[in-house]
Amino acid sequence: MKKKDYDIRPKLINIMEPEKNKKIFKDKIIQLSHGDGGIKTSELISNLILKYFGNKTLNKLMDSAVIKGSSQKIAFTTDSFVVNPIFFPGGDIGKLAVCGTINDLVTSGCTPSGLSLSFILEEGFAVKDLIKILSSMKKVLKESGAVIVTGDTKVVERGIADKIYINTSGIGFIPDKLDISPCRIKEGDAILLNGDIGEHGAAILGERKEFDFKSDIKSDCAPLSSLVSDIISVSSNIHALRDATRGGLASILFELSEASNTTFEIHEEKIPVKKEVRGICEFLGLDPLYMTNEGKMAVFVDKKDAEAVLNKMKKNKYGKNSRIIGRVSGKNKDKSGRVFLITELGTRRILDLQYSEQLPRIC
Amino acid sequence: MKNNIKEMIKSLNGCAADRPVNIMEVCGTHTMSISRHGIRQVIPEKTSLISGPGCPVCVTSANDIDIMLEIIDSYDVTVFTFGDMLRVPGTRSSLYAKKSEGRDINICYSPADALDFAVKNPDRKVIFIAIGFETTIPLTSVILKRAYQMKTGNFYIYNTHKLIPEALEALISDKQVKIDAFLCPGHVSAIIGSRPYDFIAKNYNIPCVISGFEAHDILESIIMIFDQIKKDEPDVEIQYSRVVREEGNPEAVKSIYEVFKKVDSCWRGLGIIKGSGLRLKKKFLKFDAKINFPVKKVISRELPGCECGEILKGLKKPYECRLFSKVCKPENPIGPCMVSSEGSCAAYYKYEKERL
Repeated sequence: MKKKDYDIRPKLINIMEPEKNKKIFKDKIIQLSHGDGGIKTSELISNLILKYFGNKTLNKLMDSAVIKGSSQKIAFTTDSFVVNPIFFPGGDIGKLAVCGTINDLVTSGCTPSGLSLSFILEEGFAVKDLIKILSSMKKVLKESGAVIVTGDTKVVERGIADKIYINTSGIGFIPDKLDISPCRIKEGDAILLNGDIGEHGAAILGERKEFDFKSDIKSDCAPLSSLVSDIISVSSNIHALRDATRGGLASILFELSEASNTTFEIHEEKIPVKKEVRGICEFLGLDPLYMTNEGKMAVFVDKKDAEAVLNKMKKNKYGKNSRIIGRVSGKNKDKSGRVFLITELGTRRILDLQYSEQLPRIC
Repeated sequence: MKNNIKEMIKSLNGCAADRPVNIMEVCGTHTMSISRHGIRQVIPEKTSLISGPGCPVCVTSANDIDIMLEIIDSYDVTVFTFGDMLRVPGTRSSLYAKKSEGRDINICYSPADALDFAVKNPDRKVIFIAIGFETTIPLTSVILKRAYQMKTGNFYIYNTHKLIPEALEALISDKQVKIDAFLCPGHVSAIIGSRPYDFIAKNYNIPCVISGFEAHDILESIIMIFDQIKKDEPDVEIQYSRVVREEGNPEAVKSIYEVFKKVDSCWRGLGIIKGSGLRLKKKFLKFDAKINFPVKKVISRELPGCECGEILKGLKKPYECRLFSKVCKPENPIGPCMVSSEGSCAAYYKYEKERL
């Protein structure tokens, strides 16, 4: 299939002086011409995108954003979002795209500063849906304190993409004295979690037409920047942070155990799972430990600070149901991940990576 | 809940028979749950939980996969199936390999998706690979009745549906297999109820308990089994009473037999079991993929070295197979019991390989 790919060159739009020309964006659907670099493109950028994300850096619409630097270490991350459905209880693809990148940044302890934002839009996409997405992005950006500093929009022919794809990248600066990374995890560390797992995965499943059930489950999608700054403010012994997104809590614990050559012991009964999520998982034969989250984070901290960090987390709106779920129980010489789960029966089993996506049961 | 479970474990060990007891579970979801909760670690030493032919993907014969692959090679068709079926190896290839080669093979979660696609794409011939026990058969029946009413001319099913009670009788009659009790499947029984198992307790003196899937469900069911053994009063009891009724779901059962009639069926590892399969009734034969897409006779053979057959009968534990975790792993499955997310080899590999 032929893929038409129109680049918006910011310098073209620069000539248009968008700040002065800002008007109401009148089109109802996205057309190929919104991505061809001409007048329609500049209207989309000036009258819609900048309306939501305009700031001193972005408004210049330079080929590359120029941000004030520092001698600090820089955290840099990128992520693409292709979720279906694009709207779901508790969020939408735009909120996900901002939170995903913010949360990846803050796991290194940095303060997020600048994000890039790229859209790939399908011809015919409803502008009112785009506006809904832009405004929810604006809301979480404001909450997180980050801004969009550069971006790009492409429009592809109908059928080539599925409605809307978003890529966000982000940078942030890390205070010199901070060193948060998996290799700092050590024996004895406490492992904390900021609340109930599996809600994003369950909310998405509930929206898919093939599963005919109604539920009140909302995605936990949230920016965790304030939670991380709270955590850092009470302890200088935070060793590692990781947001538990795709693959769920089990997968990130396994990855961290492998990266740190240590063994973890997790207590199943201490991992909070809402009744509705448990119900859906039982019905479909899925394991909440492997369900996607978009606002949950595992925190590895020296055990002497564990209670202080836990209390601080509980005061944050994204950490009310925080728990200490386990500990780093030993060293692991053979470099493979070892995470043990103490089940509700008091039995012990390993938590492994999954080979493939969880599939609903058929028996 | 925790105290309750501790009490259960205590009473479980208190009431155990002092002779070896083999309890067979016949549902893939039970198999997974037993491994996931580590239930083998808390039951009395002399009690074994053995996995039976409870995973629909695992018991699908290599011949069915081979015929399906032959149809895909010979005709321009769009195929829909449940995810796990894709990676089951046939004699020479798998649906997954065909998909990578560019064949139009899709994963769906319900036959309704396949019918929807057929209606929207009248120029495509659409085949749904119908798999599963009494749990999924009513879904297929409803969809076929809908297709019949709508006079859909481009929708077909490749039918591999199988029936559980008939398979249990075949297992009991197999002299090699030693089963003292059955943990009967929860979802299948939600459809058929408890009566179809009555003959097991009455004619063969084997206790049956229909169990739920949570740890406490399975523990309670085992206690109920011990109780029956102790009293020497084999019966069919329902532990999963929040879902299962004695009479089951008569509407769903009725819809099965409006569309299908019983025939013999070939199970992987167990061979041909009398009356354990279904074929479409005359009125619905126009939806039968095997009739509408005839192919030359396919010669199938079991996979060399694979002991899924013994494992499905409970004669061997997954780790007793020479290939287990050495050659046969979830990322490179040799036999269907490792492919399926409900297979007993996959359950042992995922949750219990550390203990082995």
